[in-house]
Amino acid sequence: VQSLFQQIKAGQLWDFHGGIHPPARKQQTQQKPIGRMSLPDRLYVPLRQHIGVAGTVLVQPGDRVLKGQPLTYASNAMAVPVHAPTSGSVLAIEAHPSAHPSALPEPCVVIAPDGLEQWRERFPLDLESAQRPELLERIQQAGIAGMGGAGFPTHIKSAATTGVDYLIINAVECEPYITADAVLMQEYATTIVKGIDILCQLLNPTAVLIGIEDDKPDAITAMQAATSQRDSYLVRVVPAKYPSGGEKQLIQLLTSKEVPAGRRPLDIGIVMQNVGTAFAIAQAVLDDIPLISRIVTVVGQTLSQPQNIHALIGTPVGTLLDHCGFAPEINQRVIMGGPMMGFTLPSLQVPLVKTSNCILAPTQAELPVAGAELDCIRCGACAEVCPATLLPQQLLWYSKAKDQDKLKEYNLADCIECGACAYVCPSEIPLVHYYRVAKAEIREQSREELKAEQAKARFEARNERLEREKQQRNARNQALAAQRQQQMAEQQKQREVAAAQARIQASHVESPAETLSREQIIAAREQKKAEARAYQQAKSAAEATNKTAIVNETATSSAGEPATVNETASSNRSDAVAAAIARAKAKKAQQQDGAATETADQAELQPASLASEAEADSAAAADPRAAAVAAAIARAKAKKAQQQDGAAAETDSQAELKPASLATEAEADSAAAVDPRAAAVAAAIARAKAKKAQQQDGATAETDSQAELKPATLATEAEADSAAAVDPRAAAVAAAIARAKAKKAQQQDGATAETDSQAELKPATLAVESNAEIAADPKAAAIAAAIARAKAKKAQQATEPKDPA
Amino acid sequence: MSFRIASSPHHHSQQHTSVLMRTVTLACIPGIAAQCYFFGYAVLLQILLAVVTAWASEALVLKLRAKPVLPRLKDNSALLTAVLLAVAIPSYAPWWIIVGGTAFAIIIVKQLYGGLGNNLFNPAMAAYVMLLISFPQQMTSWLPPQQLQAQPQSIADPVCAVFTNFSCAGYSLTQLKTDADGMTMATPLDTLKTDLAAGRTVPESLQQPVFDSLGGVGWNWVNLAYLLGGLWLLQQKVIQWRIPLALLVGLTIASSLAWLMSPDLNASPLFHLLSGGTMLAAFFIATDPVSASTTPKGRLVYGALIGMLIFIIRRYGGFPDAVAFAVMLANLAVPLIDYYTRPRTYGHRAHPNKGDR
Repeated sequence: VQSLFQQIKAGQLWDFHGGIHPPARKQQTQQKPIGRMSLPDRLYVPLRQHIGVAGTVLVQPGDRVLKGQPLTYASNAMAVPVHAPTSGSVLAIEAHPSAHPSALPEPCVVIAPDGLEQWRERFPLDLESAQRPELLERIQQAGIAGMGGAGFPTHIKSAATTGVDYLIINAVECEPYITADAVLMQEYATTIVKGIDILCQLLNPTAVLIGIEDDKPDAITAMQAATSQRDSYLVRVVPAKYPSGGEKQLIQLLTSKEVPAGRRPLDIGIVMQNVGTAFAIAQAVLDDIPLISRIVTVVGQTLSQPQNIHALIGTPVGTLLDHCGFAPEINQRVIMGGPMMGFTLPSLQVPLVKTSNCILAPTQAELPVAGAELDCIRCGACAEVCPATLLPQQLLWYSKAKDQDKLKEYNLADCIECGACAYVCPSEIPLVHYYRVAKAEIREQSREELKAEQAKARFEARNERLEREKQQRNARNQALAAQRQQQMAEQQKQREVAAAQARIQASHVESPAETLSREQIIAAREQKKAEARAYQQAKSAAEATNKTAIVNETATSSAGEPATVNETASSNRSDAVAAAIARAKAKKAQQQDGAATETADQAELQPASLASEAEADSAAAADPRAAAVAAAIARAKAKKAQQQDGAAAETDSQAELKPASLATEAEADSAAAVDPRAAAVAAAIARAKAKKAQQQDGATAETDSQAELKPATLATEAEADSAAAVDPRAAAVAAAIARAKAKKAQQQDGATAETDSQAELKPATLAVESNAEIAADPKAAAIAAAIARAKAKKAQQATEPKDPA
Repeated sequence: MSFRIASSPHHHSQQHTSVLMRTVTLACIPGIAAQCYFFGYAVLLQILLAVVTAWASEALVLKLRAKPVLPRLKDNSALLTAVLLAVAIPSYAPWWIIVGGTAFAIIIVKQLYGGLGNNLFNPAMAAYVMLLISFPQQMTSWLPPQQLQAQPQSIADPVCAVFTNFSCAGYSLTQLKTDADGMTMATPLDTLKTDLAAGRTVPESLQQPVFDSLGGVGWNWVNLAYLLGGLWLLQQKVIQWRIPLALLVGLTIASSLAWLMSPDLNASPLFHLLSGGTMLAAFFIATDPVSASTTPKGRLVYGALIGMLIFIIRRYGGFPDAVAFAVMLANLAVPLIDYYTRPRTYGHRAHPNKGDR
């Protein structure tokens, strides 16, 4: 049994499934010498002419470029540069119809040749001394990409270090009409062989197989002569059959191997290069001529001189056709590539690119336009000719049904779009077109799926983050609440200890008198009762605080106040009543809270409002009337705020806003009636400034800043309220204005999407502080308020960059 | 200037459906000629009736379906169906047999399933089966070859017989089937079946006048003529070799086995190959692409299945010939055959069906 290598060496060929024999029509150009043409007026060099990414542009409009000068720079491994095909000036870098079935405009460097053909400096490499990386670098920098049609960057394909058994040089050129490779071999066989030598130096294959179809006798002779000195170079003459030039088909023909689905030829130890690529490599390495021109077959019966032309990359197709005596028909078809796999051009402005091997301008009679598509008669001719052994008619059926699962099952992805099936179809069904559409749909769908998956992941990550933050907040708040409770319990203990000590002392004092007087016992009882009452009140207040699920830091601290206040004023009757009212309200508020969507944040509101109320109540001891009014106002506001809260979707900021404002208000109330005039003035100034701040804030997109605005406004409000004690009328007006503003600000808040809750803390505290100062010294209040505002502003600016949104 | 935009490939083999259908129809000519020679030119009258009916039915249905009439009539598929049915039924069958059968083939079997390319069954064979089951007497009234007929036929006889059931001279079909000795003659297959049922052996039966050394008188030549047409189709690459070869091989193997085991009870393979509609089925009917299997391997299975079914039904079934039943049964199996005979795609190792279960 011979090994595969022995079989190949002995000249054995294999066959691939299917294939067709369309009329070759190569005689019109194959025997003619390669033509040259004068420089075109303009050259349009597309920045990307290969599979991969475009390089970075190195030139600017107005630059003068020399022949062979790079126009782009290969900034990554998948990029190859493009070069100036001749010397001249860069007119523009603009979008121009592309050499693509869509002809969609793509960026091109437009060059006006100056006719001097002035070369840049060239550095030919010495093959003897050249190192491997140097050769690969040169191949990349010369802009070489597969010239057979796919345009895969050659330096990547040539970089395999080990495991290459066979280097196959594809000189089959199986498409009808095209003879570019044939004439190249006829005229430049030795250069091609030098290029193959370089590839061998890089890849180190066991053997080189040069596949040529048997309808190119001259090319075969030329290549056999050129390779006669090299034992491992085997020229293999394959019978003419389309598509034997397909990569997979030629591999099967020459080695009997199949490239496994979804793998590359290198995986089975094979690298295939086009014969034109080998030529380009030789030129790049030995003469430092980058890929700036190629041989293109210009053919078709509408041309009086069909021929192969050595044309510059970037030459418009129209110029090439005119050079060959183009006499178009009505509705002329101009095809870039061959009749089987080429694509029609909508415009003759399309430039020649590195992968264009043929421009075909046939007459109607020569290549009749496809007739009407008829029903598939299931004749199976397509399956007979399919080189991939697919079942084209089943694929058609499922393509029409858009059944992507079945298309996958019937291996649509293995279709090489050679067009053999459509060529033989008696019903003239454009099968390949259906497959292209189906493939595009599958690509589109998988892209959509990927996008949806990413969006889902993003959404889940966001939800997770929000949930995590919420839990962290809860945990912190609970810890704080527990801490406070503990503190209170300790205080209570201390008090009890003190009371016990007092009792012991008292008993010590009275110990000489064996019996206690009645009055003393009653007094002791009364004291105990009072203590118990105070304890109960403190406890109920603490409960009210605890019941609210999550309590903010500020809120809790202010919530602590009622207890203290109540305790200290325990003897006051009206206080008890007020406390009762407060409890009832707290309960009610809790119920309302239960219905609200985001209870946690709203809950923070209640303790605060209660605190303010309580404070107001405490103030009532001093001035019962004014306090009652203030309390009523505070209650009304609290209620209103609650309702608004309930409607708001994400109220973090609003909720936290209120504690501050209301606390402030209450404090201000208590401080009222000291210096009414100065207060009114200060309030007016504050309002004006608040307005200004609002406007400025309103312009900023970040919502945090808007939220922070409110403390200022409400501080103003509070100040206005303080004025109310003195001048009820003016104060009422001022308060109304302030409220309206607050409302407006709130609405703006409601519209904002997400606000950071913690950011508002600072301004609020500041506002409170300032108000406290007002209480101390009314005159200095205005100054203090100004300082507070300034601080608030500063705090705003500081918090803004931290904004998580 | 505007340029024509088209999707590749821009080249076409110029083998069109209408040409294929026309070529197959033309390939029937040797067979039809042989039929005319042995059984009179009544077959031409049947073809004429069938074609007119087919075109009329096709046009009518296309009109009702609001499809373009002329382009579809031009695809010659209705023409082929009509010819195949006309050559399959007895030449002297009454006119309404062929008219009804053709209309059934075109309207019910073909168009109601969606027209060309969508029918499950071969239209001609489905119509044949319908006729055979509905009108067994008319469908088995083949005249003996002219050489064996007692009454010489006149030119007008086919017309008279087809439209009146009597020859111009006033003889009924039964009278026409009687030979000089006053024996009623049937087709060779029918004769053999009757004789075997009557307890005679095959060699005894073959003594009957309807047989000669190559099988049934006349029928052997008709089959050879269809074989000739079929070979021409193969040469023209209008049909592929797989189905005819598999069918003939399948029939040969099945009949050979039976014949070798009991030559007294079974006719020779050659007799089977050259009797009834064997060659017509192999090259013209089973190769109908629409109702046949589409995968290369599937076509071998499909052809072989028909071949074996022909033998089994001829030998054990109630009707003398079996081609139509065999083809219809195989038509039913096509989706299954196609599914399990998918070829291995290039670069794929495992057979596609293995992963399905």
